[in-house]
Amino acid sequence: MNELASVANKNRTLVYLRKTWPLHLLLLPALVISLVYQYAPILMSFPMAFREYQPWLGFRHSPWVGLDHFRYLFTYPQSKQVLFNTLLISIMKIGTQLTIPVMFALLLNEVRHMLFKRSVQTLVYLPHFMSWVILGGILTDLLSIQGGLVNRFLGFLGVEPIFFLANGDWFRFTIVLSDIWKEFGFSSIIFLAAIAGVNPSLYEAAEIDGAGRWKQTLFVTLPGIAPIFTVVAALSLGRVLDGGYDQILNLYNPLVMEKGDIIDTFVYRVGLQSGNFSFGTAVGLFKSAIGFVLIVIAYRVAYKYAKYRIF
Amino acid sequence: MPRKNNGYSTFEVFNYGFLSVLSLLCILPLLHIFAVSLSSRAAATGGLVTLWPIDFTTAAYMETFGNDKFSNALFIGIERTVLGTVVSMVVITLAAYSLSKRSRVFPGRGVYAWYLIFTMLFNGGIVPTYLIVSETHLTNSIWALVIPGAVNVWNLILMINFFRSIPAEMEEAAVVDGAGHIQTLVRVFLPVSAPVIATLSLFTMVTHWNSFFDGIIYLTKPDQYPLSTFLHTIIVQENFNNTGISQEKLAMLSNRTVKASQIFVSAIPILLVYPFLQKYFVKGIMIGSVKE
Repeated sequence: MNELASVANKNRTLVYLRKTWPLHLLLLPALVISLVYQYAPILMSFPMAFREYQPWLGFRHSPWVGLDHFRYLFTYPQSKQVLFNTLLISIMKIGTQLTIPVMFALLLNEVRHMLFKRSVQTLVYLPHFMSWVILGGILTDLLSIQGGLVNRFLGFLGVEPIFFLANGDWFRFTIVLSDIWKEFGFSSIIFLAAIAGVNPSLYEAAEIDGAGRWKQTLFVTLPGIAPIFTVVAALSLGRVLDGGYDQILNLYNPLVMEKGDIIDTFVYRVGLQSGNFSFGTAVGLFKSAIGFVLIVIAYRVAYKYAKYRIF
Repeated sequence: MPRKNNGYSTFEVFNYGFLSVLSLLCILPLLHIFAVSLSSRAAATGGLVTLWPIDFTTAAYMETFGNDKFSNALFIGIERTVLGTVVSMVVITLAAYSLSKRSRVFPGRGVYAWYLIFTMLFNGGIVPTYLIVSETHLTNSIWALVIPGAVNVWNLILMINFFRSIPAEMEEAAVVDGAGHIQTLVRVFLPVSAPVIATLSLFTMVTHWNSFFDGIIYLTKPDQYPLSTFLHTIIVQENFNNTGISQEKLAMLSNRTVKASQIFVSAIPILLVYPFLQKYFVKGIMIGSVKE
């Protein structure tokens, strides 16, 4: 009986493979690349984070150190500062990314002149596509205290030159402001789409009830885009340990390292540049694990309140 | 529709003005750097240039393109972008075709889909990734910039969603005529998928053109750097051992206009593809984000 079942099973597997093998084959390149460059590093990160990896010993023979790297992460003063910087910078970024694009979308929605609207959109989406290498170069020039356009303008207003990129507090401010400058237009697209999707009869009803434009925005538009806002807010919490390393790598320098260093730049410097492979891996793993938990929670929240699914 | 009252028209005037200023702010920095790149060294150093070149000269561009290192990096940047886009699009298209099948036709697609989606949620971090890339002998080769990131899961999802919107009748007709999967993909799916292929290719091109970090970690010889990485090292890293203002002054005195011209040249490809991108990306983002 058992034998018969297993033969039937074998046949089913064969039939299944005969019918679907080209589909498996087409997936092969993607599966192999993911296996080697995504899964292998994940598998490797666990033993590495708990050993003191020495390249000449290979990671099987490198000494086992248990939780030492994680203990170090929480006791070393510099890493506390790095965690604090990361949280501060990313929370400030999330805060501005949630408010400013919504306000911009609401203002743009009031524009009736289509040509004007499209021109504004064309211009404000552009910086999103520029790399931080280019924008970093432009900002360094603009914010220079020797003839940079911004300080010249401030000087015209009678303000002393500001060391935007050489003073830690101004550096954080510059990071957050330039990030919102680059992204507010692009981030507003999703809110514009949500506004466009609000049922027009709601506005008519509100108008008959005597609501002006402001009241309509308050009581029709805002509730109408609330679900999308919830999704965006929830998903951005999943990124709370990302400070935006490519931006910071293109703007920072030793003068502002104390206040501008974030987890990713720290891992790059300590883990790769100085060759502390295991410590770098442990910090990266810590970040990935927290990020994973946050993203899973974020998706749950987004699904529960806005029926959002990625797939 | 028209709601004429004084409060609202005051708001409208303010709104148009405010939005104009905001959109100008997004483009003025680029225009400024363009003006600096076309100005004389003295004018740029003296801080005289705002939005219009002073003492117009193309000397900086002559120097930029006369510089072998720059033109070499420019060439590698283009090579990387083309290669990276082709590889990524081929891998994604093949996978998307399989994953777009109903689970009746392709039981097991869910397992594969989650296998790929999981890589969006968890990663080993840069140190193990670096070690794997060097373990597989990709370091110091352009493939290190092309292969590891080829499976962009986000683009894959957009493509699967597009393939699923293709009417099932078209596919069935092909199958009845005896077409296999490869033929169906090439003769039926690809011809109607121009919009999504164009969008995702442009996105991938922009990503490759803009990436600089993988170049820094995977390439040890600066003469292998693609343009973004090259620019990062000359614009940013030269500040790394700075101690303060005098250095900044020095750097600026040396060649502000040349840097400006290099920055502007590397922005040109983006400015060229942007009009095509813009036509598509709003829709592309909608497919991915706002779903009922």
